[in-house]
Amino acid sequence: MTTFHWVTQLLYVASAVCFVLGLHLMNSPATARRGNQVSTGGMALAIATTFALVVHAGTVTATGWIVMIAGILVGAGAGLYSARTVQMTAMPQLVSLFNAVGGGAAALVAVHDYVRLAGATTGVPESTTIPTILDVLIGAVTFSGSIIAAGKLQGVINAAPVTFRGSRAANIAAAVVGVGGGAYMIATPSVPVMIIIILAALAFGVTMVMPIGGADMPVVISLLNAFTGTAVAMAGFVIGNWALIIAGALVGASGSILTKLMADAMNRSLRNIMIGGFGTGDSTPAVAGPGGDVRSVAADDAAIQLAYAQKIIIVPGYGLAAAQAQHQVAELAALLEERGAEVSYAIHPVAGRMPGHMNVLLAEANVPYPQLKEMEEINPEFSRADVALVIGANDVTNPAARRVGTAISGMPILDVDQAKSIIVIKRSMGHGYAGIDNELYVNPKTSMLFADAKSALTDLIASVKTLVG
Amino acid sequence: MTAELLTDITIFVLALLVGFEVISKVPATLHTPLMSAANSIHGIVLAGAMLIAVTADNALGYILAFVAAAFAAMNVVGGYVVTGRMLKMFRRSRAPVPAGDTPAAVNGQRTGGRA
Repeated sequence: MTTFHWVTQLLYVASAVCFVLGLHLMNSPATARRGNQVSTGGMALAIATTFALVVHAGTVTATGWIVMIAGILVGAGAGLYSARTVQMTAMPQLVSLFNAVGGGAAALVAVHDYVRLAGATTGVPESTTIPTILDVLIGAVTFSGSIIAAGKLQGVINAAPVTFRGSRAANIAAAVVGVGGGAYMIATPSVPVMIIIILAALAFGVTMVMPIGGADMPVVISLLNAFTGTAVAMAGFVIGNWALIIAGALVGASGSILTKLMADAMNRSLRNIMIGGFGTGDSTPAVAGPGGDVRSVAADDAAIQLAYAQKIIIVPGYGLAAAQAQHQVAELAALLEERGAEVSYAIHPVAGRMPGHMNVLLAEANVPYPQLKEMEEINPEFSRADVALVIGANDVTNPAARRVGTAISGMPILDVDQAKSIIVIKRSMGHGYAGIDNELYVNPKTSMLFADAKSALTDLIASVKTLVG
Repeated sequence: MTAELLTDITIFVLALLVGFEVISKVPATLHTPLMSAANSIHGIVLAGAMLIAVTADNALGYILAFVAAAFAAMNVVGGYVVTGRMLKMFRRSRAPVPAGDTPAAVNGQRTGGRA
């Protein structure tokens, strides 16, 4: 090993240290920004080191330089533009898109290496073939799966589970071709077979994500994130680059942890989610009255209840984000705080379309993060709350989850029914994702404010202001 | 099977364990920025994309180098910028609102981006 290679390898180790420290600093909102800066520094170092390696190799043709630099400029421009203009409600789509391009790039790195080695007289060594197969399979599944997920989140593709006759069979067939082709490649190196398994993996990604409904997206995005990390690590195996292996493994770990947390928060196994959820999506407008009396309330009366409460817990759900009403809720909370009330937010792990999504939306609306409480932290506090204000959340507040034998049995829920009184802002008595009646709505302590989240909150703000005088 | 492969597997497994250890301490409040940060980190694949150029000498190689570099650069630049933008929003206390009405009430919504 030459001195030059020693130095570049050590610089890669330094950048890996930055990635780990950067992720470590994310354990508190106070240090998270510094974490991102440290991680950015590590990335800059890794890219600079790679640039030095590329120059040092001295084999890059003029065309090679042009395509590489042009590619970087085009990609960087697109990334910068999308990162600066994206709405916070659209974060899940953007993360999905970055998963897609990351996984796609990882697959292409292996494709190039494989084609080059297959053309050489020495052939493809076995220790390269296996990571190559894993890289192209995982990378291609991530690419097409993430694009479908982004399309569903953006509303370009039907967000409800989409299945057609034989869609399961197509999915299984794609998996069989991918794995079978991969096994063939280990025995007999072949570029055409690699192209076949890439196509099969792309088809597998599409047929895997299409049947999954919108409310399961937090799990899907986390899983695809883990896939991307693994694909990048495999690309590192292929080209023998430690920086890719370490960074890919870190992302793989992060994605796996989040996948497990999200699946646990829905009390569903990963297998159950991938096979296709219950219900038909999150937009069932079915008007079905649960067995019991529902008490409807006007905005004025709800405002009085809120204005004279000492302790208020707001329970935001995806309906709030869908109505783009996070700024209104923050304004109402600020108003109530001015009157001396204690306001906090109860955030269920799956409130939103990706892990922690609701926290970002509320942070954007200028809600201080100490007010955002996790489920375990807030649940004991509900019994002391004068009012629990539920906005656009349904299944995660349904006490039926505590009993056995319902569609959501065992799902961890927010103990909203423990509050002294409950106000639910909801457009209709429609069902949530699980497609069952919410027993909270017939609780004698509950008043229903039937309206769109945004207009209801605007009315509440106006009414509270009038009361203040 | 080579010694290099064994080293690579060792590094991979240890990095995976470090990842589990570090990331399991991140609070739920920061899960979206965490995922976005992890997203930026897998932008390291840009290093791999750049190295394609070292051995590319035909049309296919150039196309792969271009597309891979574009994909990876989008990943890395977009990832870090959007993570930074998000983290800037997390405040311990309410940011002072300019005199007059709140921007939220005036505009209904903001993109939150001054980045």
